[in-house]
Amino acid sequence: MIKILKEYYPLIFQGVGYTMLVAIFGTIIGLLIGLLIGMYRTMPTPKNKFLKVLKKIGDIILSAYIEIFRGTPMMVQALVIFWGFALLNDGQTLDVTGSALLIVSINTGAYMAEIVRGGIISIDRGQFEGAQAIGMGHGKTMFYIVIPQALRNILPSVTNEFIINIKDTSVLNVIGFAELFFQAKDIVQETYQTFATYLLIAIIYFVLTYSISLILRFIEKKMDGKKHFTILGSQSDRADVVAANSGGEGND
Amino acid sequence: MTDEILTTDMIGDISEIGTGDNVVTNEVAVNDTAECNNADGRLQTEAQGNTVESADCNQSLSDDNIITIEHLGKTFGEHVVLKDIDFSVRKGDVTCIIGPSGSGKSTLLRCINLFEEPTSGRILFHGQDITNTKNVSQYRRKVGMVFQSFNLFNNYSVLGNCTIGLRKILRIKKAEAEQIALDYLKSVGMDAYVKAKPKQLSGGQKQRVAIARALCMQPEVILFDEPTSALDPQMTGEVLNVMQELAKSGLTMIVVTHEMTFARDVANKVVFMSDGVIVEEGSPQDIFENSTNERTRVFLNKENEK
Repeated sequence: MIKILKEYYPLIFQGVGYTMLVAIFGTIIGLLIGLLIGMYRTMPTPKNKFLKVLKKIGDIILSAYIEIFRGTPMMVQALVIFWGFALLNDGQTLDVTGSALLIVSINTGAYMAEIVRGGIISIDRGQFEGAQAIGMGHGKTMFYIVIPQALRNILPSVTNEFIINIKDTSVLNVIGFAELFFQAKDIVQETYQTFATYLLIAIIYFVLTYSISLILRFIEKKMDGKKHFTILGSQSDRADVVAANSGGEGND
Repeated sequence: MTDEILTTDMIGDISEIGTGDNVVTNEVAVNDTAECNNADGRLQTEAQGNTVESADCNQSLSDDNIITIEHLGKTFGEHVVLKDIDFSVRKGDVTCIIGPSGSGKSTLLRCINLFEEPTSGRILFHGQDITNTKNVSQYRRKVGMVFQSFNLFNNYSVLGNCTIGLRKILRIKKAEAEQIALDYLKSVGMDAYVKAKPKQLSGGQKQRVAIARALCMQPEVILFDEPTSALDPQMTGEVLNVMQELAKSGLTMIVVTHEMTFARDVANKVVFMSDGVIVEEGSPQDIFENSTNERTRVFLNKENEK
């Protein structure tokens, strides 16, 4: 196994690079797609008749997108999009890396849309009303108040998606994308060391996913912020912190 | 047109608002009519072409009314919550709405803020019908709201809760916004807690921050929806003291409350509601001492027994 690593490390590193590129890019773009769809779908129904119909059409298109991409395997999606494009363009295929990024992004987007929707629903109605009461419209309410809180709540699910993406990029070998699993198949073809190679690859996948889950858990903690705060002008202002919930101790 | 009036007319320090006793003499009435016409040229021309409009304008502004509610009704499906509500709020008024649970008090307040869409009737803000206004957010800036459940933004500190509206809606620079916020936080006694997050505060503290947040937008009127119902007696006291100070400073307030003492001592107008209608309205004395209405007396007796 170590021999394989020594001999083929450029290939393996390249594979890791491609895998991570697609996983990171796909998760981030997918999350953005999810956020946009989430904001759109929680928009209040317009009063104007024409806009109302327009919104309805948008809703239908979005739910079709979500259902289709959640309901079919990513491997099949990859093949359909890749070869479908080739068919429509006289055999001219899409750039492999480009299509890998595209497929993972829109596939993740479909899942993220639902995750974000769940996150937005989880935010108390009062947060929306508090924002609207000081004159925020839907966009500002979402952007400054709801989405930041929803993001914190959905971060564990986003981590999930990220990890799934790292592993699922392996199906993109069907369109010849040179990610980790694709490289492993190449190495096996040259060395015939089936077990050792795949075990090595499994360990690498695990190291990748485990690091990601540690990093994101750290980010979660960061987002939660300090458990303590300073009461200005109190003695503890100098002595620095006062335990949370020690409410009434402030001067004034 | 509505927007222009809102912006030019309504931004003003709350300390300047209302001096309390606004005796409507003929002279005041004439002045206000003039102001009504001057405030917006187009309004005048429109009013000339339409006698009903013009009558409205004269009537509402000569009374110095900020909010006038006409024949307001609200139904949720089959369920009738408000029936033909008529009332108005003048500058500097502290109006307390009292009544048994389920009488539609909160719904009325939420209709004023357009959180609930009235099913019939209309709401006038400075004589302008805002019931179907396109720019709800613009209107809500002028009509602050304090909630029973505080509704502070959990993702911001105390200071952030107060500055976010100033910065992102009124587009005031950070340093200036923080100064304004600090001033109002001081007035509610919460300036020492600027760094705290809402979840680290007690209920009374949260509500005081929520009041400061509403004040920061310098609204013309603040609606209080049972602001002390979620608080224990000590915290209720804290919050009511702050509200009493605000009332003294001349802020226009509409308060839905179960605190009869507050209504009696602070309000200059008390509205008693029951089963979706205004049963009686008048000065605290009219309602608490001289009421001859059966329903009012039954309700007040029950409240006294508590």
